[in-house]
Amino acid sequence: MKHMTRKATRHVNQNEGLIFEKSSAGKGAWKLPPLDVPEVDTKKLLGSSERKDLGNMPEVSEIEIIRHFTRLSTWNYAIDLGMYPLGSCTMKYNPRVNEHVARVEGLADGHPYQPEKVSQGALRILQTLSECLIDITGMDAITLQPAAGAHGEMTGLLMVRAYHQSKGNARKKILIPDSAHGTNPATAAMVNYAVENLKSDARGMVDVAALESQMNEDVAALMLTNPNTLGVFEQQIHKIADILHAKGGLLYMDGANMNALVGKVRPGDFGVDVMHLNLHKTFSTPHGGGGPGSGPVAIKKSLEPFLPTPVVIVKPDGTLGFEYNRPKSVGRVRAFYGNFGMFVRALAYIMANGPDGLRQTTEDAVLNANYMRKGLEATYDLPYSTPTMHEVVFSDKLQAKKGVRTMDIAKRLIDYGFHPYTTAFPLIVPGAMMIEPTESESKEEMDLFIEAMTSIAEEVQEDPQLVLDAPHSTRVSRLDETAAARKPVLRWKPGN
Amino acid sequence: MRYLPKSPADREAMLKAIGLRSLDELFAPIPAEYRLSRDLKVPRQMAESEIVEWFKERSRENGEGYTSFLGAGAYFHYRPVVIDSLISRGEFLTAYTPYQAEISQGTLQSIFEFQTMICELTGMEVANASMYDGSTAAAEAVMMAVRLTGRRSVVVARSLHPEYREVLTTYATHQGMPLAVVGFGDDGRVNLEELAKAVSGETACLLIQSPNFFGTIEDADVIAEIAHKNGAMLVVSIAEALSLGIVEPPRHADVIAMEAQSFGVPVAFGGPYCGVIATREKFVRQMPGRLVGQTTDKQGKRGFVLTLATREQHIRREKATSNICTNQALVALMVNIFMTIYGKAGLRELAKQNLAKTAYAAEQFGKQGKLLFTGAPRFNEFVVATSEDPYAINSRLLGHKTVGGLPLKKFFPELGNAALWCCTEMTTRTAIDTAVGLVAESESSVRSLKREADVEEVAR
Repeated sequence: MKHMTRKATRHVNQNEGLIFEKSSAGKGAWKLPPLDVPEVDTKKLLGSSERKDLGNMPEVSEIEIIRHFTRLSTWNYAIDLGMYPLGSCTMKYNPRVNEHVARVEGLADGHPYQPEKVSQGALRILQTLSECLIDITGMDAITLQPAAGAHGEMTGLLMVRAYHQSKGNARKKILIPDSAHGTNPATAAMVNYAVENLKSDARGMVDVAALESQMNEDVAALMLTNPNTLGVFEQQIHKIADILHAKGGLLYMDGANMNALVGKVRPGDFGVDVMHLNLHKTFSTPHGGGGPGSGPVAIKKSLEPFLPTPVVIVKPDGTLGFEYNRPKSVGRVRAFYGNFGMFVRALAYIMANGPDGLRQTTEDAVLNANYMRKGLEATYDLPYSTPTMHEVVFSDKLQAKKGVRTMDIAKRLIDYGFHPYTTAFPLIVPGAMMIEPTESESKEEMDLFIEAMTSIAEEVQEDPQLVLDAPHSTRVSRLDETAAARKPVLRWKPGN
Repeated sequence: MRYLPKSPADREAMLKAIGLRSLDELFAPIPAEYRLSRDLKVPRQMAESEIVEWFKERSRENGEGYTSFLGAGAYFHYRPVVIDSLISRGEFLTAYTPYQAEISQGTLQSIFEFQTMICELTGMEVANASMYDGSTAAAEAVMMAVRLTGRRSVVVARSLHPEYREVLTTYATHQGMPLAVVGFGDDGRVNLEELAKAVSGETACLLIQSPNFFGTIEDADVIAEIAHKNGAMLVVSIAEALSLGIVEPPRHADVIAMEAQSFGVPVAFGGPYCGVIATREKFVRQMPGRLVGQTTDKQGKRGFVLTLATREQHIRREKATSNICTNQALVALMVNIFMTIYGKAGLRELAKQNLAKTAYAAEQFGKQGKLLFTGAPRFNEFVVATSEDPYAINSRLLGHKTVGGLPLKKFFPELGNAALWCCTEMTTRTAIDTAVGLVAESESSVRSLKREADVEEVAR
């Protein structure tokens, strides 16, 4: 055939360029209504402040925008496509009703400064969610203001500092286990506390003897993730709390792994004084490619005077309102009241579950992690045999003998249709492979994943290069991160 | 439970495979005395239809259908439907932070485009992938200036959004960063004499907002000169991103800390929004937050990755530039799509409509009350002082399903009965005329007889 018809194939969406490369003057995707007030002379109004040119901002039509972003979206993996077992990240199903109710007009268009009389709906949402989270955590009070988990950590430590300050000594340092998330030490530094490392014992738990010897009147708090990043519940938790409290210290719990506990056990009951939650983990608000998050901080009564302002209160006439006059408050950590849209979603999730659903969710999450462990423990090294809660950490020890490391296995998983697990974290496990299936995976999906991991382990023995060169099925192969960091190109420029 | 993909038989089979008899055995590692033996006190399991109805009821209690003249850091602009249609794609909505670049190119490329457009709009050389919001972006930008200059004192304009200043105060308290506040003049702009006195060889940076909290456009070039003469940096906060469509960006600033909510993000009772930090290339290694960079794959094909991670908490722990981790990716995508829709010509026209509506409204309100800060250009907000308490005016407006301007006495007692009004392309001439008429009602007659306490109960 001499004249082949030009045919649009997979090729089209695989080679989508940058939006700037589609732009040309005179195209546009907007139309404004006619102006119903007199036109203005911008020069007269703005003088030398008037902007003349918007540089290289794109000019494209609506269909091009739809195609551009739709094509880009096809280059992403997502929970909606399959299992996303990133340990510690809790990639669970994001219910669609959450998205729907967040867009109901009076909520999406509510202004943070509209009078309280016409804000009762939003205030009721703040109050209802607060009450739910307080009971779930077993704490006494809460602030919803922090915008993300790390922001919650900062807010929590600010309250810890204010608490100690009120007793006359702000203290100097925070104890942080070596298995902790990087945000913990980074947060302590932001609140001007020194960080002291606390080592784990052979079972992957806090070394209680070490804690006992390191605990003194200089320690403001211990920041503990429970279950910790090995997916292990701190069985000596009561002892840990007692050691801290005996010397006037506080127990901060990083609630990143709260999805292992909801409905089964409450941090407030085992001695926690202050903790943050990640609504984008445990309470199903979408990760959205990296945010928005939401990091409420729940506290015991003793810390209540220090909550950020404002606080939701019931007024004498029974309506809800904000209280600003709180002289001992640590102040404000964000403008307005926090990521309200995420509160709506989290509350919708709690309502869809109810007490029975929340409990079963936790049980299924722990069941899945244990089933995963059982399915893979003969194939991959399990550095800690301590019982598993919601996630399990293997290492690449057996595969490393063939020169294949955790990142290589992770990349090969992509070819099997799965998102990789978390690699190289926690730091206490060399070559860590941290797997968190969450409750959202069916037995079939779990079996498929276990088969994929088993098959990769066989490939490592038979043809390690196949794994080292993975992924083989993606639009781009492994990217040169070193070059990206050495000579950063952080924006497009004409002629690039 | 409808989100859980397991039958009772599946659970049984899985338990059997593990070698357990009951789900409760999975929780044996938790000491028995701490295990919860009752149901959580949360609402009972509800049907989807019940959930939707519950939130619709809340919506009806929340000013649904009211016309609003509020701005002050949260702006009502039209959101093209394309935005929600695209961000609702599961591939964007339900993806994680793009650590695995090979299967995250969609998110990574869109962030690269976002960074580029923010640079174009702000006149800066680099922009990050987003911050929590404008208030925390401003605080982080100040801390960045503190690291870069090795100085600790900060001079802040009183015309910065008061809640941004509160956030900065919280962040600065334990960093040993003294804050000095500089007032504003009769034109609403930063008082330059006061400013020149406040800045010294100890000053790390000046933080101003433009357009400032009153909607007034600052002369950032002059302020930059004062800062630079003293070896200090200039950080400019921009809360109304749309102003960049028609207002010259502060090109001599060192860091711009922006709130991009105006670009397609719902007002949503204050969040989630989208902060951004933009700066000069030479400062990039002290910038907080995620950055996406361009690179190539093994075949030489263009691709994108998260880069310069050695600034970040997961690598540097307590030595990181910030503790920020997750930020606002999906909101940044809304902003990105909005900027793409309006683009080079549309953003200017849209900004121009805001300018026209505001000019008209300011003129009309100025006939009834006293228009403040007339000596300097403004964008889409203006301040009107009335003889009547603005809370009383607002309570009358509420009766007409209208939310009036923000009474300023809470933040600026020295401004008495002044209120901050905002008009955007969404504000109709009819709405403006109606509101002006209601303000006039009292301004022409004697002051309202209502006791202030009653008024506050209704309108606060």
